[in-house]
Amino acid sequence: MGYEPQDDLGTPAVVSDRVVTLMIDGRAVCVPEGTSVMRAAAECGGAIPKLCATDNLEAFGSCRMCLVEIEGRKGTPASCTTPAEEGMSVHTQTARLAKLRKGVMELYISDHPLDCLTCSANNDCELQDTAAQVGLRDVRYGFEGENHLGQMPDLSNPYFLFAPDKCIACSRCVRACDEVQGTFALTIEGRGFGSKVSAGQADDDFLGSECVSCGACVQACPTSALMEKSVKQLGKPERSVITTCGYCGVGCTFRAEMKGDQLVRMVPWKDGKANRGHSCVKGRFAWGYANHKDRVRSPMIRESIDQPWREVGWDEALGFAAGRLNAIREEHGARALGGITSSRCTNEETFLVQKLVRAGFGSNNVDTCARVCHSPTGYGLKTTFGTSAGTQDFDSVMDSDVILVIGANPTDAHPVFASRMKRRSRQGAKLIVIDPRRIDLVRSPHVEAAHHLPLRPGTNVAVLTAMAHVIVTEGLADTAFIGERCEVDAYQDWARFVSDAKHAPETLEPVTGVRADELRAAARLFATGGNSAIYYGLGVTEHSQGSSTVMAIANLAMATGNIGRRGVGVNPLRGQNNVQGACDMGSFPHELSGYRHISDADTRALFEDDWGVALDPDPGLRINNMIDAALDGSFRAIYIQGEDILQSDPNTQHVAAGLAAMDCVIVHDLFLNETANYAHVFLPGSTFLEKDGTFTNAERRIQPVRRVMDPANAPDGDGLEDWQVTQALANALGLDWNYTHASEILDEIARLTPTFAGVSWDRLDREASLQWPVNEAHPDGSPTMHVDGFVRGKGLFVVTDYVPTDERTGPRFPLLLTTGRILSQYNVGAQTRRTANTLWHECDELEMHPVDAENRGLSDGDWTRLASRTGETTLRVKITDRVAPGVVYTTFHHPETQANVVTTEYSDWATNCPEYKVTAVQVTPSNGPTGWQEDYAELSARARRIAPAEPAE
Amino acid sequence: MDIERLHYMANQIAANFAVQGEDSAIAATAAHITSFWDPRMKSQIIKSERSGLSPIAAAAVASLG
Ligand code: SF4
Ligand code: SF4
Ligand code: SF4
Ligand code: FES
Repeated sequence: MGYEPQDDLGTPAVVSDRVVTLMIDGRAVCVPEGTSVMRAAAECGGAIPKLCATDNLEAFGSCRMCLVEIEGRKGTPASCTTPAEEGMSVHTQTARLAKLRKGVMELYISDHPLDCLTCSANNDCELQDTAAQVGLRDVRYGFEGENHLGQMPDLSNPYFLFAPDKCIACSRCVRACDEVQGTFALTIEGRGFGSKVSAGQADDDFLGSECVSCGACVQACPTSALMEKSVKQLGKPERSVITTCGYCGVGCTFRAEMKGDQLVRMVPWKDGKANRGHSCVKGRFAWGYANHKDRVRSPMIRESIDQPWREVGWDEALGFAAGRLNAIREEHGARALGGITSSRCTNEETFLVQKLVRAGFGSNNVDTCARVCHSPTGYGLKTTFGTSAGTQDFDSVMDSDVILVIGANPTDAHPVFASRMKRRSRQGAKLIVIDPRRIDLVRSPHVEAAHHLPLRPGTNVAVLTAMAHVIVTEGLADTAFIGERCEVDAYQDWARFVSDAKHAPETLEPVTGVRADELRAAARLFATGGNSAIYYGLGVTEHSQGSSTVMAIANLAMATGNIGRRGVGVNPLRGQNNVQGACDMGSFPHELSGYRHISDADTRALFEDDWGVALDPDPGLRINNMIDAALDGSFRAIYIQGEDILQSDPNTQHVAAGLAAMDCVIVHDLFLNETANYAHVFLPGSTFLEKDGTFTNAERRIQPVRRVMDPANAPDGDGLEDWQVTQALANALGLDWNYTHASEILDEIARLTPTFAGVSWDRLDREASLQWPVNEAHPDGSPTMHVDGFVRGKGLFVVTDYVPTDERTGPRFPLLLTTGRILSQYNVGAQTRRTANTLWHECDELEMHPVDAENRGLSDGDWTRLASRTGETTLRVKITDRVAPGVVYTTFHHPETQANVVTTEYSDWATNCPEYKVTAVQVTPSNGPTGWQEDYAELSARARRIAPAEPAE
Repeated sequence: MDIERLHYMANQIAANFAVQGEDSAIAATAAHITSFWDPRMKSQIIKSERSGLSPIAAAAVASLG
């Protein structure tokens, strides 16, 4: 694809059953009723000049550039705000219009610097294009009058600049920030000629304002007034490639705009069905880590972890790794070996790692970091609905009347989807937020939740059971739906259980901390407010009752009939970009791809025939069991692709001891991460910009990732995509794999996985994305699941008893710590910490309620010591009433903080997903880092040494 | 592996199934362990001294082997 901006039809598409036919310059065109004359003209090949209109914003009608004449009407209406009507006859190019448009254009240009040749938007500027369209040849007003020329640019944002002299006051940026992003950071100050765009208060700059740097305004701006700094620096791109964001589970698609092999900018793709042309700061701007100096560009090995690393070639590194793996298998058997797949890598890469473990190592000891985030979703939704996935596509939320958000903070963790939610809420949908913290969806500009239930961390099941109690006892359950779609006996057991007076909100109020009247009102709204949808995140899963909570959510949706159509459903918001995919691809030790149990002989036979090996019929070890087994010597070797388990898994010191006990730790990653401190082999990885493959987002949407530059993980030409590295390791073990492109792995996945049967690289190339299941029953994929019946047949109500966590507060540890994420950083931060996103988040902070802070004599910004029964760390305190008294909150993006030093080993009963969200802690004043932090910093520095290259002979 | 940890895990599973009533909870706990535990974990808990197990968990483990 060359570099041309995407078509802009001027105003948004309209959906309507009624079609109108009109004539434009003598051409007949049919459009849905409600479409603007401007869009109708564009759809039949016309191009009415425009400045203030763009097709992802509502028409505004301010620039007067798009005037047209309509037969039988007086004057010259603006085509962007005039709806097309049946039988209309429109003229878009007449002498009268030409004169009017030229006049308007002259006014604009008289206040615009004529430095086009040196402007960063040169040749990519709508003002230039429009001037050309109207045939502007001279400007009668001269440039001496009052104007905006020479005003200083605002360079405060690290990624884009604002040059007021280039601004034509079209307010597209303001409307993009309001309508698309929903942050309301910008205003047009002043009126008429003096008007000027401003971020918040008169002297706020962009960085200091409410702006979250999503880039929507930059994309909307017709001139270079808002412009990516990278374009200013590198010039106009020459080609573009459509690819998928490598950060979060929203799965935004982008045009990677390139100049040679240099990425100039990432622009959200308007046709992307997950993001619809929007993006957040991470995907849009934070890709600089790909070229960061810390990228490891050579394989490395060492005999033991106290030695410095030695840089070697691929062959030597893989031979060394294979030698160790073979020796361990020889001595201790296949079950001493295992691997970890990555939710950041592609489906193909993940599939290959689990194939390597099962078919090559000969064990089922494969797990994925989804263990520590969404494994309870797998268990809970499989049990109740029959398959482990969200039920809706993202567009579905635009049909919701009530949106229940529990244990998720979408504005920070899933920003692009949060913008859709906020848009729907501005259209009138009601929000119910169940979260210990007052997240932005509870209250922020133009958002006000109908109900916020600020529960005590760890009481999700009790709150959901109380809601079920209200729904059942007040007769609000949808008995018709239940009778037709669900197992009725199981429903009756469940209904009896929740109806018990001990589950009434009044009884549970002392346990949950949620006011009974508020909970009752929320339950009634959910049951009777129309289409109700549930969105949840890690605040649901990362608990000792994570799986129970997921089932309680599913129960609630079934009991109210909110499953199987648009606008409703149960939707896990996945953290990392390919959590869904990693789970689908058979990354769990008990499951082959498509969620089929390893003990199922027919499924196993399918794989055994295809792979030509016998598979172990018993489930393997989960990550935390691998660590435990390492400490008793029965697990000795691990291949970890694209994960930093030392930083992301609970109880850091336990994980460190387990890794240190192993004989062969192979880390395959972009950077020398924390886990690599304990590794013997380091295989450098490739970024999502350097490989082909597919990611599957939170709505089950499979989307292509495309290679736009060569992998930088070895000197010129020797770079390998991550699946190629896995294949080379397999071949070093004697497996003889011969994939030549990721698409061949995808073919194998499709061949072996019924839900993927209709997926292929060619088809994705043509259709851009597919939502699984894609097979005979669903040839075009499945935007909504469980439409006519549940995957398991009838929906299953599961009684979920509230079993409190064993992690309790007490006199020594009186506060409850809960953890989360923020917008500008991503997971353990390995990528985002290596970009300018650090400007927004330099270190992890501990949020604490003013009352708790006062009791401890702490003021904002003080160093504090955060201690639990497991360990302690230090970080700075931030005093805020977003958290309730008794609750503290932090993030875990920075290794220096090591927030997981304090989290415990308690975990979900069904899946062992760690209980990150509840730790009893004490917080006291401190004057600096703890002993562990200092020791660890020293150890890290030692473990990361690389020996100087030996001189060539 | 640390047997206390295995006992803790089994008890936790049993506690979450307990609401189903004893017989069904024992069966569900046993099935859960069969489906999700690696062989060395299963054999270790079967061989272990079971006084640290709750009655449901102990009965479930007994049914395994
Ligand atoms: S970058 Fe996004 S949040 Fe910031 S001003 Fe622009 S549209 Fe608003
Ligand atoms: S900054 Fe750009 S988008 Fe905003 S008003 Fe000025 S010209 Fe229009
Ligand atoms: S991080 Fe998520 S929301 Fe942001 S651009 Fe990437 S996929 Fe979209
Ligand atoms: S484009 Fe219609 S008034 Fe600006």
